[in-house]
Amino acid sequence: MLTYDLEADGLRGLNSSLQRQTIDTNQNNWEVVNPKGSHAIAVGLNAEIEVTVRGSTGYYCGGMNQQALIHVEGSVGPGVAENMMSGVIIVDGDASQYAGATGHGGLLVVKGNASSRCGISMKGIDIVVHGNIGHMSAFMAQAGNLVVCGDAGEALGDSLYEARLFVRGSVKSLGADCIEKGIRPEHTALLQDLLERAESDAKPADFKRYGSARQLYNFDVDRNMTY
Amino acid sequence: MCGIVGLFLKDKLLEPKLGGLLTEMLITMTDRGPDSAGIAIYGSDNGVDSKLTIQSDQADRDFATLVTDVSREIGSDVTLQRNDTHAVLGVASDKTELAREAIAKLRADVRIMSDGDAIEIYKEVGLPKDVAQRFQLSTMSGSHGIGHTRMATESAVTTDGAHPFSTGPDQCLVHNGSLSNHNNLRRKLCREGIRIESANDTEVGAAYLTWKMQEGATLGEALEASLEDLDGFFTFVVGTKDGFGVVRDPIACKPAVLAETDQYVAFGSEYRALVGLPRIESARVWEPEPATVYFWSH
Repeated sequence: MLTYDLEADGLRGLNSSLQRQTIDTNQNNWEVVNPKGSHAIAVGLNAEIEVTVRGSTGYYCGGMNQQALIHVEGSVGPGVAENMMSGVIIVDGDASQYAGATGHGGLLVVKGNASSRCGISMKGIDIVVHGNIGHMSAFMAQAGNLVVCGDAGEALGDSLYEARLFVRGSVKSLGADCIEKGIRPEHTALLQDLLERAESDAKPADFKRYGSARQLYNFDVDRNMTY
Repeated sequence: MCGIVGLFLKDKLLEPKLGGLLTEMLITMTDRGPDSAGIAIYGSDNGVDSKLTIQSDQADRDFATLVTDVSREIGSDVTLQRNDTHAVLGVASDKTELAREAIAKLRADVRIMSDGDAIEIYKEVGLPKDVAQRFQLSTMSGSHGIGHTRMATESAVTTDGAHPFSTGPDQCLVHNGSLSNHNNLRRKLCREGIRIESANDTEVGAAYLTWKMQEGATLGEALEASLEDLDGFFTFVVGTKDGFGVVRDPIACKPAVLAETDQYVAFGSEYRALVGLPRIESARVWEPEPATVYFWSH
């Protein structure tokens, strides 16, 4: 394992070293020590490498990730896994605002709670949160799956497109055009797979599914107070 | 943007280190607010005198004979401890208002930053590290303190526009965000007789809390009411003589992190600001909920 001391050697050096790894790299395992809440740790990676961050990070950890497995042994600041394309990001602690925002693919696992706007405008990413999520989560979410083992805050799934939302606990309120839908066998299989990969022992049968009522797709003058 | 830091000590043994810890936190938040910095520190209360923190851009001229002049004007002893552009005046507790009036009459260019039994406020334009150095913040001790690094939006980059703001005895407030109904609220509060010195939105927030408390609200109730009456984005951290509070607006897009151990409660706009605190690794660290008032007191 290669050890990178962020305090001693700086952020640019870390990200350029990690971004230099290609498909045939033999430097597969990295650890980052002394993250101390720094921003933009391990962003823009594009290789099947494993990066372990020994502590908590600031803004935008793992942004734009492709292929890499990033494991944060702490909490993360706003915008973790923002615009992730593929790969896996695991956060042992909590995530701040807009975790997984605009993510196109890959899996984001938050083992603690995620705060407001989790999965906002998600476009294909899978997000599993072991704890609770905050208000306005999955706002305008387009594709992908958001799985919440705890509770969801206000206005879940406001102006939702085709993302699927699964919540085990309570939902404080649903946003405009978001409704509860039934769980079909394909959803159970999907949940089973995501929960296993996220190392959660929650049971698919305990979840409810929420999705778009598809009433806001086109402008309708009679609904102008809803937009 | 703006950066906020705050530290409320539970463990008296840490009190001599308060200034040092806050200074480190403040400098870490430089890239959130490089244009001005300030700190409110709650030091010892000697039980006899009130402290007026004053500031002048021409301190040599304005402070030279101030003690004699104010003493004569209010008919009571006054002490002065200068610290760069600032000074702390010690006046008898029942003479605070007279001293304020005397300063306004005798020295038109002197600003009054705060008054109270414990609070002192130091703030200036400049990089946080330079402001901290100027006032030797790291050598200060106290029971709690709040700092701010400013990236100006709603009013000019001046000493008056820097945070913290104090609009009542031993009260102070710092703010990350921007208020959109501050002009209307300023007019209303001025009619109620609340003192507002600048064109800054945050000072109106501070004045609003002062007004609510004058009307009989506790700080907690005043903060609750602010969620209804203030329009805009805010993460507020407030200090009182023996208390420390945090509130975020319901949208909560301005960042905030709290940490608590058996020795302290700490606030940072980002976790980065907290990493130098004692035993932070074992602290309970969390993001304060939107529209929720948090408050601690000694």
